[in-house]
Amino acid sequence: MKNNSPAERLYNGIVKENPTFVLVLGMCPTLAVTTSAVNGLGMGLTTMVVLAFSNLVISALRRVIPDKVRIPAFIVIVASMVTMIQLLLQGFLPALYDALGIYIPLIVVNCIILGRAESYASKNPAIPSLFDGIGMGLGFSLALTCIGAVREVLGAGELFGFRVMPASYVPFSIFVMAPGAFFVLAFLTAAQNRIKRNGEKKGKDMSKIQSGCLEDCTACGVSGCCGHAFYGDSGKKEG
Amino acid sequence: MGEIRELLLLVIGSALVSNVVLSQFLGLCPFLGVSKRVETAAGMGTAVIFVITLSSGVAGLIYRFILTPLGIEYLQTIVFILVIAALVQFVEMFLKKFMRGLYEALGVYLPLITTNCAVLGVALTNVQKEYGVLTGVVNGFATALGFTIAIIILAGIREKLAYNDIPESFKGMPMVLLTAGLMAIAFCGFSGLL
Repeated sequence: MKNNSPAERLYNGIVKENPTFVLVLGMCPTLAVTTSAVNGLGMGLTTMVVLAFSNLVISALRRVIPDKVRIPAFIVIVASMVTMIQLLLQGFLPALYDALGIYIPLIVVNCIILGRAESYASKNPAIPSLFDGIGMGLGFSLALTCIGAVREVLGAGELFGFRVMPASYVPFSIFVMAPGAFFVLAFLTAAQNRIKRNGEKKGKDMSKIQSGCLEDCTACGVSGCCGHAFYGDSGKKEG
Repeated sequence: MGEIRELLLLVIGSALVSNVVLSQFLGLCPFLGVSKRVETAAGMGTAVIFVITLSSGVAGLIYRFILTPLGIEYLQTIVFILVIAALVQFVEMFLKKFMRGLYEALGVYLPLITTNCAVLGVALTNVQKEYGVLTGVVNGFATALGFTIAIIILAGIREKLAYNDIPESFKGMPMVLLTAGLMAIAFCGFSGLL
């Protein structure tokens, strides 16, 4: 596949650089809303729409925005997108709006969105950026739906609201509660560790697999994420 | 007396029962990232208390006296995130100039808090639950206190965990997440308090 072609961007977002399974970004919504597969899918798609359009706008404006104020400018663009989506959801999908609650406006501070804006959209043309956003968003939706499905099956014996486990199955309701989210993510990162270790033993390049914000904050290298972006190099010098 | 009683209940509710990290999953990044040692965890906790209390006050005032009279409440997300970002920068400059000691203690952590979802989350929750400015500040302080309690406990456990024999794949983050999960179970116990 050609670099930066739409198909390559989609593949990159869904498989190669999956934001949840490979980059481990945006953990707050991942843990909070995946109590069921439907909620996970809803959050993923909402994030995808924001990501795609904010990437498109940021990329189109990349020559207009002065470099020094780019992060605040990105945040204003992302926040406007989120506000629009929030109002649309409130109007047309009130059930999803109620289920996701405060996590919809909090999409603004999702590391994935600022991260893509900073590392891709601000350097590439509009169409690849749009597809980069869609790919990343689909990857995020896929991951959230999977995590939601695991939690729903274990915690309620259902999948997408339909009963899938036999009637004699006693659900571990802890998995739909807060602690279950931590446990599922713990096993996910353990599996990721193992794949990375096995790959390195075979001499493959596994540097793509990161741990996002889960590693030591003070030594974090994820650009566009957290407050480092606001301060740029000046923050690092003093820190 | 009734009001003070209500505020006290709010503090217990926000700090322990619906703990910001362990039951709402806000502010996970610093919770997992800066909890290797109790000392740094305490520093981060103090900085978070400082910033959240201040920002929930400022956000509350802006919502009450600027956004509501103009009828532009729907701009809250944009306004809050910009105000918080500017506020943190301003606080850092102020501390650097006038309160050197406090700056040296908290300075490293302030940049990490700017776009922390807990800060924005508290400001939005205050609006959603229709808290007044004072109640909002109390809620902000209590939420941040809950964060500090959780991060210091986690750091204490991680210091001990460092000496244990952990399966290869579970070294590092998976173990910390399991610990956080067990802490979340323990914090579920507080729901009987109210």
